[in-house]
Amino acid sequence: MGYTIAEKILKRASGAEGVEQGDIVNAKVDVAMSHDNAALVSKVFGELGVAKVWDANRIVIPIDHRVPANNIKTAEGHKKIREFARAQGIKHFYDVKEGVCHQIMPEFGHVVPGELIVGTDSHTTTYGALGAFSTGIGATEMAGVWATGELWLKVPETYKITLTGQLQDNVYSKDVILHIAGDLTAEGANYKAIEYYGPALDAMSVGARMTITNMSMEMGAKAAIAPPDGKVFDYLKGRTDKEYEPVYTDHNARYEKELEYDVSQIGPKAACPHAVDNVKNVEEVVGTQINQAVLGSCTNGRIEDLKAGVEMLKGRKIHDDVRLIVAPASRQVYLDAMEQGIIQKFVSAGGLIINPGCGPCLGAHEGILAAGENCIASTNRNFQGRMGSTEAGIYLASPATVIASAVKGEITDPREVA
Amino acid sequence: MKGKVWKYGKDVNTDVILPGRYLDSYEPDYLASHALEDLDPSFSKEVRQGDIVVAETNFGCGSSREQAASCLRYCGVQAVVAKSFARLFYRNAINQGIAVIECPECVDAMSKGDEVELDISSGTINNLTTGQTIEFKPLPEFVMEIINSGGLVEHLKKKLKK
Repeated sequence: MGYTIAEKILKRASGAEGVEQGDIVNAKVDVAMSHDNAALVSKVFGELGVAKVWDANRIVIPIDHRVPANNIKTAEGHKKIREFARAQGIKHFYDVKEGVCHQIMPEFGHVVPGELIVGTDSHTTTYGALGAFSTGIGATEMAGVWATGELWLKVPETYKITLTGQLQDNVYSKDVILHIAGDLTAEGANYKAIEYYGPALDAMSVGARMTITNMSMEMGAKAAIAPPDGKVFDYLKGRTDKEYEPVYTDHNARYEKELEYDVSQIGPKAACPHAVDNVKNVEEVVGTQINQAVLGSCTNGRIEDLKAGVEMLKGRKIHDDVRLIVAPASRQVYLDAMEQGIIQKFVSAGGLIINPGCGPCLGAHEGILAAGENCIASTNRNFQGRMGSTEAGIYLASPATVIASAVKGEITDPREVA
Repeated sequence: MKGKVWKYGKDVNTDVILPGRYLDSYEPDYLASHALEDLDPSFSKEVRQGDIVVAETNFGCGSSREQAASCLRYCGVQAVVAKSFARLFYRNAINQGIAVIECPECVDAMSKGDEVELDISSGTINNLTTGQTIEFKPLPEFVMEIINSGGLVEHLKKKLKK
């Protein structure tokens, strides 16, 4: 019996001669990422009584969740991280200016195909878009990784999802993953690895694939992987000088489930309050009044997302009753958006540009909702209370749907605008 | 160990277990005082050492935030029994020394407020309120080692000393 990509990467990382689904392996980690919670990781690391981290070059720390610090407690945490990074000689430390971890990890070349990457963030699954096995872990076990470079992992069963057909105009990879999440439910891929294939996936940009692998986590997936192709190799050029070996599935690999979606049948979608799998066709919620719109995050804050959003403006203004918040996913995305005149257009239309970071997505700061308010966001979670009041509603949608709605003041089908 | 049952529904997510607005600190008392606040404001006030949290499927879905597990530990919760768990919460709970028991029959046999006696090493729950005893599959040995050490930190300390 052959191996899936997930199994091959875990086999290599654990040095095992063979692996089987359900095996628990002790794996050597290639890259370990922690964001603001590096403050907690470093505190726990201190308790372990180990003087030096296992490999200062394999640890990446971007501060992104509450940037710049929103209160004194956060500021103290950030200060501890800076001191720790300096003391340990952490080479890849990115301070508050740089952007969202899941964007700058690939941007700065820390993600390459075939590697095992762990991060103290659930959306670490994002890096599978470049052919890595990447998964979220907790802060305490990350302290263990910092000390030893190793971690126990169960070899997951793998689902194969094939995407066929061609996307309609004004429909994006975000709509596809929302559709799949609605279909499989919030626990539909719990503990599983998902591998994505098919002509519709091949046609997507690396960034669009990242939206899919990012939100696979919302179905409980442990990892979400797309086989690396020419687009990935092009993306990596100039970003890394690491040697890497792309990993592909065997023809006789064992998949627990095989699913196929024809993306041409998928229209704009919205995940409605208060669950990511409460997914409806946008037509069903058209007319719902909104008070805030958020364009950004690790899910949809890349340059192509800002571009898709700005094109929906068509020279119009943001509705007077809507606060549009735009957060480029990284400093580089911000610079590109300025160069392309996107920032100018958003500001002219009445949008607020905030610094690259996670702020509004997790309700940390920069866009908290009041009771009775609705928000439409290109982010990844709409749990009750996530962006502020437990009596606020969050709708998740593509950047195009977010901006079409922000202009009209109510949830709007982007196909009706175009 | 004896404790009282706190029972909840499905998809209890990390944002209601410990809302993002409280992720700015790791202080045990601070985290304990906000545990499950958005789901059940009475929980943090009335929970006692040894109590257990019982829930339907997909407990702890969402974020990797370890505070979702540690806030329960700081409240004195000894175990979470659910029909299924999200993987990150499952790992985080073990690493915090909380027993995580995946057992649908156990969940159905417990109601809010029941007094129960839990033995994680033998895999039995004795519901003192109803008189029913339910068995569950004990956790793997290496997981029990972590829980018996009081969490991953103590476990690693022992291991790294060797």
